[in-house]
Amino acid sequence: MKILLVAEYRDGNLLEGYRELLGFSSKINAETVMFLAGSADSLPDFGGTLYLADAAIYGEFNPAIHKGLLTEVVAKEQPDIVAFSHSSYGWDLAPRLACALKVPQISEVVDFKDSLPVVPVCNAKMRRTVKPTGSRYVLTLQAGAFPALEESGSTPEVVQIDGDYKTDITFSGYEEAEKGGVDLSKAEVIVSAGRGIGKPENVEIVSKLADKLGGEYGASRPVVDAEWVEHNRQVGTTGQTVSPKLYVACGISGAIQHLAGMKKSEFVVAINTDKDAPIGEVADVLVVADLQQFVPALVEKL
Amino acid sequence: MKILVCIKQVPDMESKFTIDGTWYNTSDLAWRMNEYDEYSVEQAVQVKEQVGDSDLTVLCIGPDRVKETMKKALAMGCDRGVHIVDDKAAQRDPWEIASMIAKFAGDKEFDLIFCGMQSQDRASAQVGIYVAEMLCIPSVSTIVDFQYDDANVTVKRELEGGVKALISTGTPALFTCQLGLNTPRYPTLPNIMKAKKKELLSLQADDFLEVTAAQETTEMFFPEKKGGGLVLEGDPAELADRLIQIIKEKTTVMG
Ligand SMILES: Cc1cc2nc3c(=O)[nH]c(=O)nc-3n(C[C@H](O)[C@H](O)[C@H](O)COP(=O)(O)OP(=O)(O)OC[C@H]3O[C@@H](n4cnc5c(N)ncnc54)[C@H](O)[C@@H]3O)c2cc1C
Ligand SMILES: Nc1ncnc2c1ncn2[C@@H]1O[C@H](COP(=O)(O)O)[C@@H](O)[C@H]1O
Repeated sequence: MKILLVAEYRDGNLLEGYRELLGFSSKINAETVMFLAGSADSLPDFGGTLYLADAAIYGEFNPAIHKGLLTEVVAKEQPDIVAFSHSSYGWDLAPRLACALKVPQISEVVDFKDSLPVVPVCNAKMRRTVKPTGSRYVLTLQAGAFPALEESGSTPEVVQIDGDYKTDITFSGYEEAEKGGVDLSKAEVIVSAGRGIGKPENVEIVSKLADKLGGEYGASRPVVDAEWVEHNRQVGTTGQTVSPKLYVACGISGAIQHLAGMKKSEFVVAINTDKDAPIGEVADVLVVADLQQFVPALVEKL
Repeated sequence: MKILVCIKQVPDMESKFTIDGTWYNTSDLAWRMNEYDEYSVEQAVQVKEQVGDSDLTVLCIGPDRVKETMKKALAMGCDRGVHIVDDKAAQRDPWEIASMIAKFAGDKEFDLIFCGMQSQDRASAQVGIYVAEMLCIPSVSTIVDFQYDDANVTVKRELEGGVKALISTGTPALFTCQLGLNTPRYPTLPNIMKAKKKELLSLQADDFLEVTAAQETTEMFFPEKKGGGLVLEGDPAELADRLIQIIKEKTTVMG
């Protein structure tokens, strides 16, 4: 079995996600090669062959061109699997490559069972095992699902890759995330409001509890998107990553993108009306209750 | 200008799911518009309002019940609906769904196509990009900001950590919409009434399906509960006492 891993590069830096890709390929015992549109100045910690496309020429984000270059590597290496991270770069490029190669794509793989990928369904409430047709396929790996391979201090054997491909979009740079406001990463207690709070007035129920516990309040994305809470309090992949001593999730279902931001919390309490909510997987205590009744009752007693 | 928006009907994620073979049981569920698609419908309607002279089609592949969800899109401001009737839609893989959409869109010269970034149940995040690749038009995924100006589109694409990539392209093009792109409107009662009179064309899946699935589900199951966390149920006041006790014992935050 041979696998081609696609590493990522952004704003002049190699991203760390490739270590989980390596963790995956070592778990399935595959012969491994790698592709990176990046720079020889920041190479991955990997001892095999690295196909390197110079980002100075081919861009950091340029799906049509990166797709073209990848098809050349696939033609040369004939891998059974091409693996991406399920990241903004990966979920965008993977289907383009799958389409070009006319092979299946399996998204957000969380496990491997009897040589077949397993993926989540309905916000991780269920899972399914998927069988691709044919012998080659593309997949994306859910962040955190496979442990990163430990540092090995290796240097890859670099093969420069070039090709003449045209772009159909113009990428003109990055806009930094909004800064300032609250730094949740320093808070010892965080009480977060999810969509389950129902209406903006209920943010107060949650912030009161945070006050009583001497911490800060945070929020899940829908609460921020609805502008009930400012963005600098959002917890998750596109917000802040936090690790307080106590995290209280009020009316939060526990989507993977939220969990990614808080699962390193020391103790997690979830308050949810749905006993089966995926947040139960990471919660030390799941209080099955309506937060509008329970949280004020809790505040009263503190 | 011609605009297409593709929507999917999905179950309410808080439903009590049961498994039926290799998919979830679809009886006794509450159905709604895929959350990501609400943003694409809103964006499509906003562009339509901006340019004036335009025609906005909403497309949905699924069984008869998806018409209810399509009516919401019509009430939000889409001009016409195209329902590709397919009782097996839920089982179809992204490749089949995308091929059907591409087959429909192939000869219609849409200037803009909007899809959701992913569907909430299947979450493959593939269909939109596949459609664009099949139609050989540019596509940008995961957009959180969209500006249209005389056949030029400028978007912000969301990356990890809240960083955004600034991207522009011409038309025709396809965009997949991320949460928070805009504020989807609630259909007003007059618009709900008006929507009832809008065209909702039913087409047969067989006329659009020309490919076979690229993957199949071999097994569907509930993940093993590994957390082992404590589950507390009962009277809120008593639960509060118990929780305070636990927090005092297990953490140092109340000492
Ligand atoms: C690329 C990408 C990036 C993302 N980044 C983030 C991110 O950084 N952060 C983030 O949070 N999300 C992020 N998301 C969104 C994520 O997928 C989920 O949609 C989101 O986390 C859901 O928020 P929620 O749990 O508050 O809402 P829902 O999923 O709607 O859950 C609401 C919960 O409240 C419960 N509930 C309802 N009423 C009550 C009540 N009265 N009392 C108690 N409980 C109640 C329900 O049972 C349910 O479990 C991202 C998504 C994508 C695709
Ligand atoms: N049955 C369907 N009918 C119409 N559009 C769909 C359907 N399934 C998926 N889509 C579109 O494709 C997007 C991504 O879906 P997916 O690839 O399943 O995550 C959705 O947000 C919709 O815009």
